[in-house]
Amino acid sequence: MSAPSKSSPLKMYFSIWVALLVGTYVTYRVASIDLQPFNAAIALTIATIKATLVALFFMHVKGASEKLTKLVVIAALFFLALLLGLTMSDYATRLWS
Amino acid sequence: MANPLPQPVERENYLNKEYGVWSWLLTTDHKRIALLYLLSITFFFFIGGFFALLIRLELLTPAGDLVQADTYNKLFTMHGMVMVFFFLIPSIPAVLGNFLVPLMVGAKDLAFPRINLLSWYLYIIGGVMMLHCMLTGGVDTGWTFYAPFSTAFTNTKIVEAGLAIFVAGFSSILTGLNFVVTIHRMRAPGMTWSRLPLFIWAHYATSIIQLLGTPVIAITIVLVAAERTLHLGIFDPKLGGDPLLFQHLFWFYSHPAVYIMILPAMGVVTEIIACFSRKRIFGYHFVALSSIAIAVFGFLVWAHHMFVAGISIYAALVFSFLSYAVAVPSAIKVFNWTATLYKGSIHYDAPMLYAFGFLGLFTIGGLTGLFLAALGIDVHVTDTYFVVAHFHYIMVGGAVMGYLGGMHFWWPKISGRLYPEGWARLAALIVFIGFNLTFFPQFILGYMGMPRRYYDYSHMPEFQVLNVLSTAGATVLGVGYLLPMIYFLWSMRYGKPAPDNPWNAAGLEWKTTSPPPTFNFEEEPVVTWEAYNYDELDAPHPQEVPVAR
Repeated sequence: MSAPSKSSPLKMYFSIWVALLVGTYVTYRVASIDLQPFNAAIALTIATIKATLVALFFMHVKGASEKLTKLVVIAALFFLALLLGLTMSDYATRLWS
Repeated sequence: MANPLPQPVERENYLNKEYGVWSWLLTTDHKRIALLYLLSITFFFFIGGFFALLIRLELLTPAGDLVQADTYNKLFTMHGMVMVFFFLIPSIPAVLGNFLVPLMVGAKDLAFPRINLLSWYLYIIGGVMMLHCMLTGGVDTGWTFYAPFSTAFTNTKIVEAGLAIFVAGFSSILTGLNFVVTIHRMRAPGMTWSRLPLFIWAHYATSIIQLLGTPVIAITIVLVAAERTLHLGIFDPKLGGDPLLFQHLFWFYSHPAVYIMILPAMGVVTEIIACFSRKRIFGYHFVALSSIAIAVFGFLVWAHHMFVAGISIYAALVFSFLSYAVAVPSAIKVFNWTATLYKGSIHYDAPMLYAFGFLGLFTIGGLTGLFLAALGIDVHVTDTYFVVAHFHYIMVGGAVMGYLGGMHFWWPKISGRLYPEGWARLAALIVFIGFNLTFFPQFILGYMGMPRRYYDYSHMPEFQVLNVLSTAGATVLGVGYLLPMIYFLWSMRYGKPAPDNPWNAAGLEWKTTSPPPTFNFEEEPVVTWEAYNYDELDAPHPQEVPVAR
């Protein structure tokens, strides 16, 4: 809607793509090392960084002037927090015995 | 209330502008896409209805004599999947919403017309996959796909049914996206947020759920498929997974999905009640914001489906409390509709009869939901017919009554023809009686302890009387649903031409012709009045006002 071709050189898209591939490769390599409780933490951290890159650059959230775009991003993060937070309210207080 | 002076010569409109199959299959006109959806969801409604018929016939006698146990499992599963994902969720948004959102905000079309057409094609692709799945064996897990039964035990077509729902889910997301952008960006000059019809507010709230909830069910289905085919340990405890994680993820979407069904129906009912009471809606801002509140609160209550599944008691307390909280905005709406009726000039036309039906049935459905939100009662009635009756009061008594009310209210605008009012009132009455006869006995059955999803209750023959009543009611309900289809089709050929505003209703959609032209309005409308200005519409014409001497 608002000037999509303002700053979208092909070079930037390819560098993000390469960064995503590197992220995937690192996840794959790290998965073969046993880091005990950090296994999931590291995989999720890399995945979050990759998702952020996709949202910021491929989905044009970075540099978006629209209030609607910001609203959508905030709403999505808010509802993700609800999903994780309320689900954890069960897991964190469950009697596992 | 009918206005005379039908148009003698048919003007160019969205129906007669072009003819031929391709003019429909490649259309980007939101009104034509709405009709494509209407045909498709009606087809799936009758398939889902056929499964319901077989279920009710099986339960006519205590013995499991009509179908085998396995077949029965597939019947209620396919009934649920078809009705939820291929009828109820697209029903009002994709048909009435598609048709009316641009008209009501004063726009030429939705923001992304081609994405709108894409959403219909995705729906059809998902629908064909679901049909193929049904014809080649079906699924027997219940529409809820509970793991690990769905991932490790059943041999039915889980992955195919899941993918069908996955694809249809994207159709729902795209419809929601289109509505949000259209409502934000394409309102006519003067159409401020506080002048928007409450139908639009309801669709805005619905779209939020579609956008934010549907991706979660999509990814959950992918995880089920991944566990089933690749044996990744996500939900199956044998593989290191957690079965309750599936239920958390599933209900995070599927509870708000009920609000995808009911919020648009609330929007429809608000329009109808204002029009047929000839009054401004009572507490406009409260009704508008309660839609948003329902959309947000609706995301906080999902684990009330899991009280007996083994979740932590502390989490159960929190979810129980939050489930009570969601009743508040729903009650605000019910009280505001009732207050709108108070001292209104009430007309009992067919749409209003459906709205009255909605009001009573939704209230019963909502209040019995509070029984289920109470931890103690929920333990007693979980997985009984009480739950079945409760959600049918919401989904059928609420959502389908709203859908039928809306179809009757806007049919003259959609088709340009009037339907026979007497038949329509009769059908509304038959639907109401048939519905209650079908589902009220199920409350009692459930309270007495009849479990859902059993095809044989021969050890408890005392349940038969209520089951016979329920099956008889379903037959009456079936007649009630067939009637509108017959007279709507009849009216397209033989009905009287509809005037532009047959109900003398407020709202921009009534200011254009019936049926509307392709781009909705001859000139861009400019809104200078408040919503539901029935007092101004009904005010005597200046020439009719007696002059004081």
